Amino acid sequence: MDLSTDYMGLKLKHPIVASSSPLSETLEGIKLLEDSGASAIVMFSLFEEQIRKENEAFDFFLEFGSESFAESLNYFPHIDTSPKRPDHYLNLVRKAVEATDIPIIGSLNGITNEGWIDFAKQIQEAGASALELNVYYIPTDIEVSASAVEQRYFDILKAVKDAVSIPVAIKLSPFFSSTGNMAKRLDEAGADALVLFNRFYQPDINLDNLKIDPRADLSTPAEIRVPLLWIAVLYGRIKASLAASRGVHSSTEIIKYLLAGADVVMVASTLMKNGPQYLSVLINETDNWLTARGYHSLNEARGVMSRQNSKDPGAFERVNYIKVLESFENPFSSAIASKRIGNHLR
Amino acid sequence: MTENHVVTVDGNEAVAYVAYRINEVCAIYPITPSSTMAEWADQWATEGKTNIWDNIPLIVEMQSEGGAAGAVHGALQTGALTTTFTASQGLLLMIPNMYKIAGELTSTVFHVAARSLAAQGLSIFGDHSDVMAVRDTGFALLGSSSVQEAHDMALIAQTATLEARVPFIHFFDGFRTSHEVNKIELLTDDQIRAMINSDLVRAHRARGLNPDNPFIRGTAQNPDIYFQARETVNAFYMKTPAIVQKAMDKFAEITGRSYRLFEYSGADDAEKIMVIMGSAAETVKQTVTHLVRQGEKVGVIHVRLFLPFAQDAFLGALPLTVQSVAVLDRTKSPGATGEPLFHDVVSTFSEYFTSGRLTKLPKTVGGRYGLSSKEFTPAMVKGIFDELGKVSPKNHFTIGIVDDVTHNSLDYDPAYTIESDKVISALFFGLGADGTVGANKNTIKIIGELPNLYAQGYFVYDSKKSGSQTVSHLRFGPDPIHAPYLVQTAQFIGCHQFNFLFKTDILAQAAPGSVFLLNSPFDVDEIWDHLPRYVQEKIIVKHLSFHVIDASKVALATGMGNRVNTILQTCFFALSGVLPREPAIAKIKEAIKKTYSNKGEGIVLKNFAAVDQTLAHLHQVKVPKYVTSTLELPPIVPLDAPLFVQEVTAKMMAGAGDQLTVSQLPLDGTYPSGTTAWEKRNVSDYVPKWEPDLCIQCGNCSFVCPHSVIRAKFYNQSLLKSAPSGFKSAGISAKGFPETRYTLQIYLEDCTGCNLCVSVCPAISLKESGIRAINMKPKAPLMELEKENIQFFETLPFNDRAGVDFSSIRGAQFLQPLFEFSGACAGCGETPYVKLVSQLFGDRLIVANATGCSSIYGGNLPTTPWTKNQEGRGPAWSNSLFEDNAEFGFGFRLTADKHQALAIQLTRELQRELGVDFVNKIVNATQKTESQIRIQRERVAELKTVLLQLNTELAQDLLSVVDHLVRRSIWIIGGDGWAYDIGSGGLDHILASGRDVNVLVLDTEVYSNTGGQMSKSTPLGAVAKFAAGGKSVAKKDIALQAISYGNVYVARIAMGANPQQTLLAIREAEAYPGPSLILAYSHCIAHGINMQNGLKQQDLAAASGYWPLLRYNPVLRQTDKNPFVLDSPRPRIAFKDYAYNELRYKMLQRTNPDGAEHMMKLAQQIVNQKWAIYEQMATRSGSQFHPDANVTD
Repeated sequence: MDLSTDYMGLKLKHPIVASSSPLSETLEGIKLLEDSGASAIVMFSLFEEQIRKENEAFDFFLEFGSESFAESLNYFPHIDTSPKRPDHYLNLVRKAVEATDIPIIGSLNGITNEGWIDFAKQIQEAGASALELNVYYIPTDIEVSASAVEQRYFDILKAVKDAVSIPVAIKLSPFFSSTGNMAKRLDEAGADALVLFNRFYQPDINLDNLKIDPRADLSTPAEIRVPLLWIAVLYGRIKASLAASRGVHSSTEIIKYLLAGADVVMVASTLMKNGPQYLSVLINETDNWLTARGYHSLNEARGVMSRQNSKDPGAFERVNYIKVLESFENPFSSAIASKRIGNHLR
Repeated sequence: MTENHVVTVDGNEAVAYVAYRINEVCAIYPITPSSTMAEWADQWATEGKTNIWDNIPLIVEMQSEGGAAGAVHGALQTGALTTTFTASQGLLLMIPNMYKIAGELTSTVFHVAARSLAAQGLSIFGDHSDVMAVRDTGFALLGSSSVQEAHDMALIAQTATLEARVPFIHFFDGFRTSHEVNKIELLTDDQIRAMINSDLVRAHRARGLNPDNPFIRGTAQNPDIYFQARETVNAFYMKTPAIVQKAMDKFAEITGRSYRLFEYSGADDAEKIMVIMGSAAETVKQTVTHLVRQGEKVGVIHVRLFLPFAQDAFLGALPLTVQSVAVLDRTKSPGATGEPLFHDVVSTFSEYFTSGRLTKLPKTVGGRYGLSSKEFTPAMVKGIFDELGKVSPKNHFTIGIVDDVTHNSLDYDPAYTIESDKVISALFFGLGADGTVGANKNTIKIIGELPNLYAQGYFVYDSKKSGSQTVSHLRFGPDPIHAPYLVQTAQFIGCHQFNFLFKTDILAQAAPGSVFLLNSPFDVDEIWDHLPRYVQEKIIVKHLSFHVIDASKVALATGMGNRVNTILQTCFFALSGVLPREPAIAKIKEAIKKTYSNKGEGIVLKNFAAVDQTLAHLHQVKVPKYVTSTLELPPIVPLDAPLFVQEVTAKMMAGAGDQLTVSQLPLDGTYPSGTTAWEKRNVSDYVPKWEPDLCIQCGNCSFVCPHSVIRAKFYNQSLLKSAPSGFKSAGISAKGFPETRYTLQIYLEDCTGCNLCVSVCPAISLKESGIRAINMKPKAPLMELEKENIQFFETLPFNDRAGVDFSSIRGAQFLQPLFEFSGACAGCGETPYVKLVSQLFGDRLIVANATGCSSIYGGNLPTTPWTKNQEGRGPAWSNSLFEDNAEFGFGFRLTADKHQALAIQLTRELQRELGVDFVNKIVNATQKTESQIRIQRERVAELKTVLLQLNTELAQDLLSVVDHLVRRSIWIIGGDGWAYDIGSGGLDHILASGRDVNVLVLDTEVYSNTGGQMSKSTPLGAVAKFAAGGKSVAKKDIALQAISYGNVYVARIAMGANPQQTLLAIREAEAYPGPSLILAYSHCIAHGINMQNGLKQQDLAAASGYWPLLRYNPVLRQTDKNPFVLDSPRPRIAFKDYAYNELRYKMLQRTNPDGAEHMMKLAQQIVNQKWAIYEQMATRSGSQFHPDANVTD
C-alpha cells in the first residue's frame, strides 16, 4: 500500500502528521515521535505575545522603584540584558532538523506584523521545512467587523509569504460567515496549505471559587464533523493542500478525513493520551483498512467522499441537517467518554 | 594630547572609571552615597572590562567596611594595587587599618563620597565630617570640587601615592558631586597609562610580603623605640605636596586641565579672601568672579590638598593685599576652637608671622557651612564677604541656618543670585514612579552630547520610599556649568503631577517670563478654574507662559500605558528653548531609536507616535488678567496637632525645614512618637473598600497590611447611635454576642494601594465574579464619607487587650498597631512583622533597630511611625548604628535586668512602708499573660502613688526605676545585611549570652536600603549587585547556627505561607526567657516581583522547601520533647517554580542561560539536602538536643 502524500510540496511517507503538542517541546519528544512513525512534525507554537509580555515585564521590574529614593536609585545591577529572543524555540527547531529525517514544520502565533515577519524568517533560518501560521485570535471586540478580521488573515499571510521561501500553511478557525470563500481567497493569496481547524481557548467557570478557568481539554472524536465537512467541500476546488486537524482518536477519524479529501491528518490528543507509540497503530490500521477495501494507494482513496465526488452534493448542505436528525442515535451507545487531561494546545 | 571623549556622568561613575583602571584589587561594602562606585566596579568586572594592564580587577564585597579595610590592607601588604570606596560610618570603621596602612607607608587611594556622621541623627547627605574624622590616620586628604575634578583627581591621587608612599583619601562631596550629572572629558587609557609610572608600580609590588624574600612587618614595639619609629615617616609627608603638584603638572601636560594644591582666583588686589574646599569652592569662585566684575576686591583660595598641609604653597597663593580671611569648614568640631581647615590656616599664619616670613597677620575667622548637604549658595558667599568687611567680623560663625541660641549664624540676603543669562535652568516636580528623573537624566545626556552645549543635573529625593516626590534641577548652557547648588530661579518649571500644586509651592523659583508646563487632567479651556489661588497669582504676576498637556491621556492613546516620561520630556524639548523646536524633536527621536532599537521596531514606533501626539496635545493656556481662584493650599497638618508637630514637623513636611531655627529643634535628637498620623500623604488613588456583608472577619487583611491602614474594632451596638449615616458595621461573627458589632475601618489617606489585603481576602461574593470582602476602588468618591467614618471610628474604644485572643489572627486584628503609616514601599514585606510586634507587645516594647530600611521607614524625619496608645504607652525606639545593633539592644537588656533587680531590691527595702503582702505580690508577679501584666501595672501604679506620698530618698530612687517592675519586651530588629554580615559577630555573641533578647531579622536576602547588594543571605543563583553574575554560594543558614547553641529560641517564619505560625513564633519567642531569633521572609522590591504577589511568593518559598517554616523551642527540651518543630509540609513544588517568578533569578537566564540552568540544579539539590537535614532533626527525640540552662521551671 502506497500511503505517501504530498503536503504543500513536502513528500511524506504517509499522511499522519504529529501536530503541535507538548510532545514537541523537547528534542527527546521529537525523536520519539519520529521513531514512532510520524511522517512530519509540527512544532508547538511560538507565541510572540508571550515573548513580548515577558520582555515588557522584565523591563518593568528592572526599573520598578528606581529613581525614587536617594539611597537606592535602582535595585539591580545594570547588566546588558538584551530582550528575550525565541532562542530556545529556534534552537529546538535547529536540533530537531539535525536529529530527524522527517520534515519539521514550525508553528508561529504572532501579534504584530513585525513579529510575524521576524520570527517567520528566523524559523526558516533555523531549518524548518515549512511554517504553519497559527492565527490564534479571538475577536472579542464587538466593534471589529468580519471583514476586518478576515483582512487580518490576508495581511499576515502576505507578510509572511513575502518574508520566507518555505511553504506556508495557515491554520484557520471555523468561525467565518463564509468559510469556503475565506479558504478560496487564502488559497489565491498564496497559502500553501490550509489547516482545518484551530481549537480555541474556551474558558470555563470554576464553581468552587467563581473564577474563570483558562482551560483547553483534549479533543473528542465528535469534533471531526466540522473539519470533515469543510475538507469535503474544499477538496478539489482549491490549489492549497488540506490538513485535517481536530478530533483524531483512532484510525476511523483518519480514514474519514482522507476520504473527505485531506492531504494529511494532524494528530495530537490521542498521542498525549496513548503515547507517541500509538502512531504505529494508527498507521497500520489505516493501511489495513485501505488494503482491505482494495485501494492500492492513498491517492485512490483520497477525496472519494468529498463533495465534488459525491453523487449527492446536496448532502453536504441543508438536507444534511435533516438527515442527521432522522438518523440520530442514542449517543450513549457509542460510549464516547471524554476525559480531561490538560492543556495540550500550546 | 590625545583626543578627548566627552561623556555625561555623575561623580561616582567618573571616579570609579579611573579607580577601576588603575587597580588590581578592590574590596568593597555598600554605603550611601558611595555605593554606586563599587557597583560600577563590580559591573565592569562582570562585563569583563579591563584595567590599563589589560586584566580584570578583582572586586570583592566584604562583610563590613572594617572587613573591606582589612582586605585592602592585606592586598596592599602583599603588593597588589588596591582601592576601596566608602563614606561616613564606613570610613570610621576603616580607621584602625588606615593607621596601619599609613604607618607602613603604603601606596593606595581610598575614594570617599564625603558624608555626614551620625551624631544627634543619622544623615546620608554630604559634608566633610567623615574625612575630617580620619585626618590623624596619616592619609593625605585630596579633595575634588566637581565631577570633572573628581575624575581627574582620582588619577592624580594614584600617581602621587605611588611616588610619595603616603596613602591618599580622595574625597568629593556626597550627593552634590557624587550624584551630580555633568558633562566631562573622559580620560583615555593612554592618558591614564602616561600618568602611572610602571617602575613605581613594580616597586609597590616589591615591597609586598614574599616568602622568597621574607621579612616581618607589623611588629609590637616598646617604649624604647615606638616614638622614634613613628617619626620616621616625616620626610615622606614633607615631600608629598611637591609630589602632588608634580603629578598635577604632568596631568596638565597630558590633558590640558591644570590644577594647583591651593588655587587662587579673584582680584589681584583682593582684600577679602575665603578659603574653602570641596564643591562649595566652585560656588565661591563663581561668586567671586561675579563680584570682581563689579569691582569688589575679593578672592578665594580653593584648597585641593588639605593634608599634608603645604604652608608655603598656601601662602604662595595668598595675595599680598589680603586684609581679612574667612576659612570655611564643612564639618563641626564641638568644643574645639575651630574646625580643621581653620586651624591649619591660623597656625600657618601664626607660624609664618612669628618667624617673620609673613609681615602682617590678616584678620582670620572660621565658619561652618553646608552640613548634611545644606545648600551653600552665592548669596551666602556674598553674606560672608560682607561680614569680612566689618571691623570685627564674627568668628566661629555658621552660614545657611538661623542660630537663635548661640547667635553664631551670619545674616545674608537669600534673594541674591548670580545666575548667568546664558544658562537655562529648569525644575521638574515628579513622582518617584513616574520616570521624571530617568527622563531628565536622559535629557542631560542628549543635550550634553551636543558639541557646544553643556548640561548639569541634580536630583532631590524624598525621605519616604513610597509615593515619593522627586525634584530635578537641570541647567543647560553654552559654557561648562559650575553651579553646585540647587536651581534658584528657573526658566522652565515642569509639574508632572497635578496634585503637587496643592502640596508644594511649585512656582517659588519661577523666573519672570518663564515657561510653566503642567501635566493636567483638565484641558486647556478648563484648567484655569482648577488652579489654586497662589498658582494663578504667580502665573499672572510673573507673566509665565503656561502650557498644559494630559500626558496620561496621550500615553494611553499611544500604547505607552502609564509611562508619561517620554511625553513630558518631549514637552520640555518643545518648550524650553534649549534647542530650536525642530532639531530638538529630532534629537528626542534619535535618542528613542538608540534606547529602544534592540527592543524592536514596534516599540520605537510607539514612542515616536507618543512624541508626535504630545506635540498635538500640548496647548498654551490663555492666561486671564485676574486671579479668580478661591482654592487655597490646605494646612499641612490639622490644627489640632500637637504644637511641636505644627511648628516643626509641619515645616519639614512642607519642604521648609531649612527655615527652622536652632532653638526650634530638640537638643539631643529626641523626637515625639507617632507623627506619621499627622501626615496624610494620599499616595494611592485606589484604596480598599470593605464589604461588611461578605466579610467573615478573619483579620487577614489587617494582619498583612504593611501600613497599618486597616483597623478592626468590636463594640456594643448602642455606640452606633451617634455614627455617621455612611458608617459601616456588621454583627460580629461569633455566637452569643447579638449586641456586638464589628467594623473594619480603612484609613484611606494613608493607604499606598499595594493590594496585599485584597490578595489575602478569602471571602468571595457569590453574586459578582471576582468581588471579595475587600476590593480596591477609586479613592476620590470615598474620601469625604470615609474621613467622617474614621473620625467616628476613633471615638470607639480600643478593645481591651486582656479580652482579646492573642493566639489567633482573628484576635490579633483588635490589638492596636503602635507602628503605623510608615514611609515603607507599597506592599513592603517587612513592615507587617514589625507592626505585629508592636501590636503584641507595643506598650512595654523597646526596639533597637539596625540601620537599613527598617531604620529609615522607622525613624527618618520628618514623620515617624512608632506611636503610642491612649494610655501614652508605646514602643521606645532607637537606632544606634548598622554594625552594633545586637549589642545595642543587648545593652537595653542589661539595663532592664539591672534596674528590675534594683527596683525589686528597693521595693523590699521599703517593705515596712509597703506591707509584706504587697511587696511579695509585686516582686514575685507572674507576667506571662496580658491580664497578669495588667494586674502588675495596677500594682505599680499603686506603688507609685505610695512612693510619691513617702517622698523619701529611697522612695525617689525606687520611683526612678519602678517602671521596670513591669516586664519589658526587648526587640532587636534589623535586616539581613546586619544579621548575616556586618552585625553577624555581635548577633552571634548576644545569642550566646543567654539573656532575654528577641531578635527579628527582616530577611530580604539583599541590602535593600542601599539598592539590592548581595549579603550572605542572598540565595545561590540570584542576581544582586556585587553578584551580577549570580551568587555562587548558598545562603548562610543562621537558624541552624543558632540552634546549635541549644538555648536559643529559633523560628523561621513567612507570613504569606502560614500567618498563624508567624503569630505563634513571635509570641513564643517573646515568652522564652532566653535569647530568641526569628528569621522572617520579607518579600522586597529588590526581588523584582509584582509586590501584590509578595505573599504568594512567600507561600511558594515555603512550598518549594526553600524556606522551611520551623520553630526550635528550648522549653520543650525540658520535658524531653523534641524542641525542633518543622511547620512546613514536605516540598510540593520545584524550587524553580518559586524562583522564576522573580527577576533576581530570571536575570541570569538572560545573561547566562547555561549558568542559570546549572545554578538552578544546584539550588534544587541544596533545597533537597537541607530539607533532609530538617526532617531528620524533626524526627529526633528530645534527648538528642542540648539541655537548656535558661529554663528552670
